[in-house]
Amino acid sequence: MLCACQEEWISIAISRGIFKVPGLVTSARNYSGKLIAVEGLDGSGKSTQIYLVKRWLELEGYRVFFTEWNSSVLVKKSTTKGKKRQLLTPTTFCLIHCTDFADRYDRQILPLLRAGYIVLCDRYIYTALARDAVRGVDRDWVERLYSFAVHPDITLFFRAPLETSLQRILEGRPQLKYHEAGLDMGWSPDPYESFRIFQSKILAEYEAMIDLFGFTVIDATHEIHIQQAEVRSLIANRIDLPAFRRRL
Amino acid sequence: MTTEKQFFGRRPPELKDAHFAGKLIVIEGADGSGRSTQIAQLSQWLEANGFAVRHMGLRRSHLVSEELEDAKQGNVLTHSTLSLFYATDFFDQLVHDLIPALRAGFIVLADRYVYTLMARDLVRGSDRDWTRNLYSPAMIPDAVFYFKVGARALIERNFQKNSTLDYWESGMDLGLSRDMFDSFVRYQRMLESEFHRMHVEYGFQVLNGNLRIENLQRQLRTRIGAMLGIGTDDPAPTT
Repeated sequence: MLCACQEEWISIAISRGIFKVPGLVTSARNYSGKLIAVEGLDGSGKSTQIYLVKRWLELEGYRVFFTEWNSSVLVKKSTTKGKKRQLLTPTTFCLIHCTDFADRYDRQILPLLRAGYIVLCDRYIYTALARDAVRGVDRDWVERLYSFAVHPDITLFFRAPLETSLQRILEGRPQLKYHEAGLDMGWSPDPYESFRIFQSKILAEYEAMIDLFGFTVIDATHEIHIQQAEVRSLIANRIDLPAFRRRL
Repeated sequence: MTTEKQFFGRRPPELKDAHFAGKLIVIEGADGSGRSTQIAQLSQWLEANGFAVRHMGLRRSHLVSEELEDAKQGNVLTHSTLSLFYATDFFDQLVHDLIPALRAGFIVLADRYVYTLMARDLVRGSDRDWTRNLYSPAMIPDAVFYFKVGARALIERNFQKNSTLDYWESGMDLGLSRDMFDSFVRYQRMLESEFHRMHVEYGFQVLNGNLRIENLQRQLRTRIGAMLGIGTDDPAPTT
């Protein structure tokens, strides 16, 4: 155990560059919180499920924080501009999303984990790994780029057949966005055909990551409440929830 | 005549082919080391000799330059986020400006390159491998010139130019000292030692930035002239 003055000295030493801290540390679990991420194709229903998890934990009085992909206020302006003007290429698409993630990670995800929160992420680094790989960016490069992030305690992968996801996402959506449809890749000039190709490639990337990163697979074809019951019991089994009860 | 350009690591997926006729010449050095003066004079000389010139620098991309400026003003991003933002800016320029210019046969003069970005990150405690990986899809320049100027001389030049020291160029975010003058000197020394390390690793040509403008210019012209096959009989302009 370190006494307070030692800790203070270490933090001063770190801030002055006396110790070379890897500014970016992998998987060093210096926190008491828990990280739960959901992954899956657009239209797999994962956002609905994580929202219901959030409501459940909030109503039960646990310390919980929710964050979604691509939502850093600071970076958003650039991302929006890049997408609108179609300025983004595979490398900059990858980097700008990593910037967005790093901002949320450094300022929210990690501090909240250290403060003992259950942090819920709608999409996590695996979304980037899958999409960037599909865009032809070197996989090893991307993995090392994201090496500062810890792997979640639980990663739920919502698996639905491609057709089901496509149908859900295309229903009531007359127009697909340029990058969303993967039109930047030139697979097909038809946005719908391009989207189908894009999503099938992403699904293949996800499938390859299941064992590698220990995803828990949820059958996303079941009814919403059935899936939610499964998710809740899974979380309750793996996390000691009473430890996360709000103190006030 | 085109030559195949090399990259630090694997080249970005945007580039199917890297045979370019143009050349990339990088000038590195601290603020106040005379980079922009030298680049302006080089451009004149190159154009006089019939070479088409393009410029690139840091924080000049269409994608994120404004946002980076905002972030710098507010000092609200963490180091790793700022590094990634700068890298985004860099690769945006690489894909949209640098590569097309090289393909079209331009001589691209870069006012700073990935080396400055890496040095800034490293003195802030970034992991060396992570930083190196971040910039590994960048192109290796045809030549890199580093202007070496002592910290005291830099201070004089900065005061002459702006009569103030820049917050970031003084490394004030590092908390080295509350005294800006002191911080500037220490920060620039840290950067210099990073550059020294890199000069060995990446083969920079180190030039003495304390020289008079026209002497430094003459040295640059001799070296670049040899690369491009330009005679150097015409004297450097006096300013």
